Amino acid sequence: MMTEDPLVDVGSLLQSMAQKVTSLMQARNIGHYEIVGIRSGGVWLAKALGAELGHRGAVGELDISFYRDDFTRIGLHPRVRPSALPFATEDQNLLLVDDVLMSGRTIRAAMNELFDFGRPASITLAVLADIGQRELPIQPDVLGCTLHLKPGQRVKLLGPEPLNLVVKQGVPT
Amino acid sequence: MIWPTENKPRAAIQLNHEGQLRHFLSIEGLKRELLIEILDTAESFIEVGSRSIRKVPLLRGKTVANLFFEASTRTRSTFELAAKRLSADVLNININTSATTKGESLSDMLRNLEAMAVDMFVVRHVQSGSPHFIATAVTPGVSVINAGDGRHEHPTQAMLDMLTIRQHKGGFENLTVAIVGDILHSRVARSEIHALKALGAAEIRVIAPDTLLPVDVESMGVKVFSTLDEGLRDADVVVTLRLQKERMEGALLPSEHEFYRLYGLSAERMRSAKPDAIVMHPGPMNRGVEIDSAVADGAQSVILQQVTNGIAVRMAVMSMAMSGQINALAARGGQ
Amino acid sequence: MTRSAILNGRLYDPASGLDKRGNLYIDGDRLVGVGEQPPSGFVADQEINVDGLWVLPGLFDLYACLRQPGFEHKGTFASELRAAVKGGVTSVCCPPNTSPVNDSAAVSNLINDLARETGLSRVYALGAITQGLSGEQLSEMYALKAAGCIGVTNLRRPFRNNKIMKRCLEYACSHDITVFACPEDAALAQDGCVHEGAIASRLGLAGIPASAETLAVSQWLMLAEDTDVRLHLGPLSCARSVELVREAKQRGLKVTANVALANLMFTEACIEDFDSRFHVRPPLRREQDRQALLDGLREGVLDVIVSKHEPHEIAALLAPFAETEPGMSQLETWLSQMLLLSRESQIDFGVLLAASTVGPARVSGLGGGALKVGELADFSVFDPNAEWTPTAVQWMSAGKNSPWLDRTLPGVVTMTWVGGKNVYPSVTQ
Repeated sequence: MMTEDPLVDVGSLLQSMAQKVTSLMQARNIGHYEIVGIRSGGVWLAKALGAELGHRGAVGELDISFYRDDFTRIGLHPRVRPSALPFATEDQNLLLVDDVLMSGRTIRAAMNELFDFGRPASITLAVLADIGQRELPIQPDVLGCTLHLKPGQRVKLLGPEPLNLVVKQGVPT
Repeated sequence: MIWPTENKPRAAIQLNHEGQLRHFLSIEGLKRELLIEILDTAESFIEVGSRSIRKVPLLRGKTVANLFFEASTRTRSTFELAAKRLSADVLNININTSATTKGESLSDMLRNLEAMAVDMFVVRHVQSGSPHFIATAVTPGVSVINAGDGRHEHPTQAMLDMLTIRQHKGGFENLTVAIVGDILHSRVARSEIHALKALGAAEIRVIAPDTLLPVDVESMGVKVFSTLDEGLRDADVVVTLRLQKERMEGALLPSEHEFYRLYGLSAERMRSAKPDAIVMHPGPMNRGVEIDSAVADGAQSVILQQVTNGIAVRMAVMSMAMSGQINALAARGGQ
Repeated sequence: MTRSAILNGRLYDPASGLDKRGNLYIDGDRLVGVGEQPPSGFVADQEINVDGLWVLPGLFDLYACLRQPGFEHKGTFASELRAAVKGGVTSVCCPPNTSPVNDSAAVSNLINDLARETGLSRVYALGAITQGLSGEQLSEMYALKAAGCIGVTNLRRPFRNNKIMKRCLEYACSHDITVFACPEDAALAQDGCVHEGAIASRLGLAGIPASAETLAVSQWLMLAEDTDVRLHLGPLSCARSVELVREAKQRGLKVTANVALANLMFTEACIEDFDSRFHVRPPLRREQDRQALLDGLREGVLDVIVSKHEPHEIAALLAPFAETEPGMSQLETWLSQMLLLSRESQIDFGVLLAASTVGPARVSGLGGGALKVGELADFSVFDPNAEWTPTAVQWMSAGKNSPWLDRTLPGVVTMTWVGGKNVYPSVTQ
């Protein structure tokens, strides 16, 4: 049995995230940065966040399939699409956006991939929801909310329009 | 007949229990969806090729052995580069065919290489069906990629050609594709015909004299033309094949000169095809025999793009086959 | 002399048209009674009840490679003749593709010695029609005949020219020797390994066109007509070849013909996915060819079925299709395959049996192959209702090259007798 309950108001979370990004970038003295989303939820979110920030320029799209560390266990993701970064990453400040932060492995893969495009000046991580269960020492710089899930629960971002964060229950893990 | 062969899927050995690629032996037997998946995955690898570091960690720790029983610098190099861009370790083994005349030594060689923990064999062999044979002989989990077997198939070449066609024409449904030259000895032609059929090309033509056509080639779903002008009429894609010099000695053709006169692709002849038709050649070219320099280097030629696409297609096929083996092993509980 | 009685079997003998329940009475190496009553005064030393089973004349194979001398790694008289008697085969004729080639009385005598030492089935030899099968110099055919060869052949090896071919036929004719011709034009068949057709084209395997056979058949027939030689053609694989033989027989030529078991059972469709278990010569052809071969048997155009038993060591098979050695190990499944064929392809088992017993016995010039009083007591007892699944472990032949391994087949040979002796199953086995 699967239920889908809207958990949070994504729109208001985006507003608060945008504020946090702006103040963080000011604090870090970063004038210009580019936004990169991790496919697919991270890309939707990156675009929405970019709009909220009044960011000019296209959002980068990262497909981390070739960088996942579980290839030797589960093989290749069946529907790989090309990553698309419409800007140079070399010496660039990047805002990396994803929907849900869990083990941290996705972020590690994404950072590895970003470095293959060129050495960035900095990477700032923004995620909508942190559900804990970390396996790597990776923490978000900007966070929308923290969720505590019961065993067997998963969260998923539905989108791109409207964006909705839902809990899936009873789904076999 | 007494033996049950009806409805047996062809080359089923190359797919795992979920229908994913685990070897890549032939285009025949592969469905449209899988071919599209190969093309899509290859597109992602083309993007990788444009980065400052053209390498992904997918096959880190895996070992790929290039087993070439037939000399080929070009194909071997692109396979080698593809494997290296997937972060695999690569072992190049060029075998003088005369040194392994008996199957026994081929099997023994495979055992030896497996003992060195090779995860994938890329095989080119003068005998049709060799990769099939090797796929039946390797231990489970080891992948076999056909880099050209005799006159049978050259599936990665066909897929890179399909990728090139898709990049230029957007799709396959309304296309007329003409394949010109030595169809009889061409593994490229056979693979392309299977691929174009599966991808739904409107019309596939072969253009050659009867001496260079396989018997009953029509049964593969192609239209046969014996003159170039007729065969090229309104074609969207023209594929010329390499004519091996030794064909002259086998009494298959009177002379290079007459072959060129009848089947050599010149700028003038290309006027029969559609104005936006593209010209492809699997290489290496015999300029002035099957193709004129003016065409090979002309605006309609996409021959160099084929080479670039070759690396991406081979990366796609290698990673998909390795992935299929991983899933097959996991299903057997062998992980 | 031992006297035996085989009681209550279905006596099935195409040569005499016999098909009824009855008994065989054996005295020494001969049949002394066939039917319901023993000859007067016959007292059996042993009686064997075979109620519900078939009693068949022993199969007579005109083409079985026993691999000795020279190819002991592929098989020996001991291994292959064990396979023969397990399959109900009581006479085999081995071709001269040995090493050395059987082109002299010395090699023929060696074969005779091997046969005597081994026992089990009877063994006859075919001699080479040219020295070393080279197609150049005539062999000592008279000496070969004197040493027991039932015929001469050049197998599929080409003659240097047609003149030599014709001389061979003339010389054989003058000494009343049957010439066994394997019709294949060497140039047209060159490098080919499968039937030239759509499947070969698709798989990129070099094909052997039907014309490689039909052209050669025509040529042999023309020369046979010219020389008046007794010609035995085969194995044939093409529909058109059957027609050519039919015509030749109608014209009164002294020609007979054979077909190999594999070409009756299988077609080119079996080679899909490069299944080299079906790599045979002549190649498996189209279904219409197979049907024409079956028709040829029904009409008597084809006189003989040969096993074309060709055992190989494993290494000869572990290779890409074209590099594997052609042939199947056929002897021990022969009767089962024919029973299956009769059930699946609407051909009378009696027709198949005749072409495997009395047919080849006649072509050999030795006669026999029948359950008749006075004939050699060569027969098998066959259970048509039993099934068996051949496995490599139980396989008698040294050649494990059979597509029937690990497949269930109908009909089991329960006993084989040669010359009045029960040779299978042997007491020591």
